[in-house]
Amino acid sequence: MSGALTGTPARRGSGAEQPRRSGWTYRVRVWEALMRTWRPYFWSTLGESIAAPLALLLALGVGLGSLVDRRGTEALGGVSYLQFIAPALLCAAALQAAFSESSYAAFDRFKWRRTAFAMTATPVTPAMVLDGTVMFIATRLLLSGTAYYLILLLFGAAGGPWGLLMVPIATLMGVGVATWVLVLSASLDEDAPGYFNLVLRFGVVPATLFSASYFPLDQLPGYLRPLAWISPLWHANELARDAAIGGLPWWQVGLHLVVLTVIVVVGFAVARQRFRRRLEF
Amino acid sequence: MTTAASTATPSSAVADLIVASDLQKTFPNKKGEPVHAVRGIDLRVPQGEAFGLLGPNGAGKSTTMRMIACVSPRTGGELQILGMDPNLDGIAIRDRLGVVPQEGNLDEELSCRENLIVYGRYFGFSRKYCAAKADELLEFAQLTAKASARVSALSGGMKRRLTIARALVNEPDMVLLDEPTTGLDPQARHVLWDRLFRLKQQGVTLILTTHYMDEAEQLCDRLVVVDGGRIVAEGSPAQLIAQYCTREVVELRFTPGAQRQHEAAATALVERVEVLPDRLLLYTTDGDSTVEAVHQAGIPASSSLVRRSTLEDVFLTLTGRSLVD
Repeated sequence: MSGALTGTPARRGSGAEQPRRSGWTYRVRVWEALMRTWRPYFWSTLGESIAAPLALLLALGVGLGSLVDRRGTEALGGVSYLQFIAPALLCAAALQAAFSESSYAAFDRFKWRRTAFAMTATPVTPAMVLDGTVMFIATRLLLSGTAYYLILLLFGAAGGPWGLLMVPIATLMGVGVATWVLVLSASLDEDAPGYFNLVLRFGVVPATLFSASYFPLDQLPGYLRPLAWISPLWHANELARDAAIGGLPWWQVGLHLVVLTVIVVVGFAVARQRFRRRLEF
Repeated sequence: MTTAASTATPSSAVADLIVASDLQKTFPNKKGEPVHAVRGIDLRVPQGEAFGLLGPNGAGKSTTMRMIACVSPRTGGELQILGMDPNLDGIAIRDRLGVVPQEGNLDEELSCRENLIVYGRYFGFSRKYCAAKADELLEFAQLTAKASARVSALSGGMKRRLTIARALVNEPDMVLLDEPTTGLDPQARHVLWDRLFRLKQQGVTLILTTHYMDEAEQLCDRLVVVDGGRIVAEGSPAQLIAQYCTREVVELRFTPGAQRQHEAAATALVERVEVLPDRLLLYTTDGDSTVEAVHQAGIPASSSLVRRSTLEDVFLTLTGRSLVD
């Protein structure tokens, strides 16, 4: 070995290799580092992505569903309750995973572990830290979404072949929400009043309840329905349900996709600016 | 060798690794006046030098270091690092720097070896290179036995050594150390100094901030004293002592508060006297004869001590304040 420890003065080319330098290399390396940090939690995450759907499908889909279905399924568009809620359960799981990866886990890298600052001491820029983080969250959502999809298949609640599209739909929504939670994580100095908990209690949980997850939106009084329109989860639920069981006019599909895309694009732009402010000051 | 940047120049053409002129950093402040952390400093650091920024907390050392490390855009003046402009070529510059931050940012959940490998990967190196380099650096940091131990299980000194090892993963042209031994016990500090001294022997350019005078005297070829965001003195440790101090110092101890009563009597004996909370410092060329004179003058010090001047005294002379308070 030569270089910093034996050569004078330390320069590349003697023992150190010339690294490949491109923006994408650095982004992938951030993603890789986050995947490595996640590795110890991989099996527990996987266990959770199997145990949670199993419990929900048994309790809600099969248990509650047998009561619901007894009264007829016209209100659900002619499908069983299990089939009705399955796409929404998959999306809700993605929302929760997106929240947990972009809240405390991301805040930790700015505040306690400070590893984001270690990254930007290298050629990696704040924007690349964000890009790699989003790539990691997307990977994580695709993996747990796929696991969820396989469980739904077992229950016969995954719809037709198009049902597989539920996974990218849920991922798109999850990434969109994650960028906005990352904005919060990059902006907070302290989590003292429990901001993340507020987001969970007054954002994630109500979204899960009022986004036409467990009942069709027209079961709600008209004045409550706009709550769903502003919920990213509702747009994902509608799309995922359409992928699995169909029934949505094409223009509505387009509209939901546009909304989810705008959430991602704008969230990404704001997060980029916040990451820069946090890491370069 | 290529870089992503357009204005990058080959390192062989660069004699001075850092050139700063009238470098400034001002932070906007929501509640009132903006904070001028760095108020215009000039620096020139040639290759191979061990250069120190010395000053009390809040002097602007760390802010300067962050600007040199290309993670803090300057708000005024000029700055060239390795012949490049941080505003344009931050990626290319950081590629060739080693950074040891003041606040630890090792990944506590990973092992020592993993920390080195992950960090090396950020530079774009292959797995093979990173693995070999990690083993080499663990040995350098005397942490081979701890290679697979989690960082959270290490002592403060070991963590700092690992952070220094990590900063060497890209065989940098220049290593930036922000208060490398703050918070370490004396033994850990000496082990660390030994490692840094070895780097210096190998010709690695070292830039370090410290508020410990002994550290600066041990490690720095040349240093600047920073106070209030400005450079107040510059030179080698010996030059600074010669320029701003007498050769020796007589320390007279009193019960706290009592020293003030004897300031006038002491001032009559030597050129200059500094008053500390429990002490008078008498700057003199001949300590022993000054002690003699003190006894003859009847100044009732509870104890007296003759010692050589240090950078601490330089700082006291320059700013009228003590460094560590």
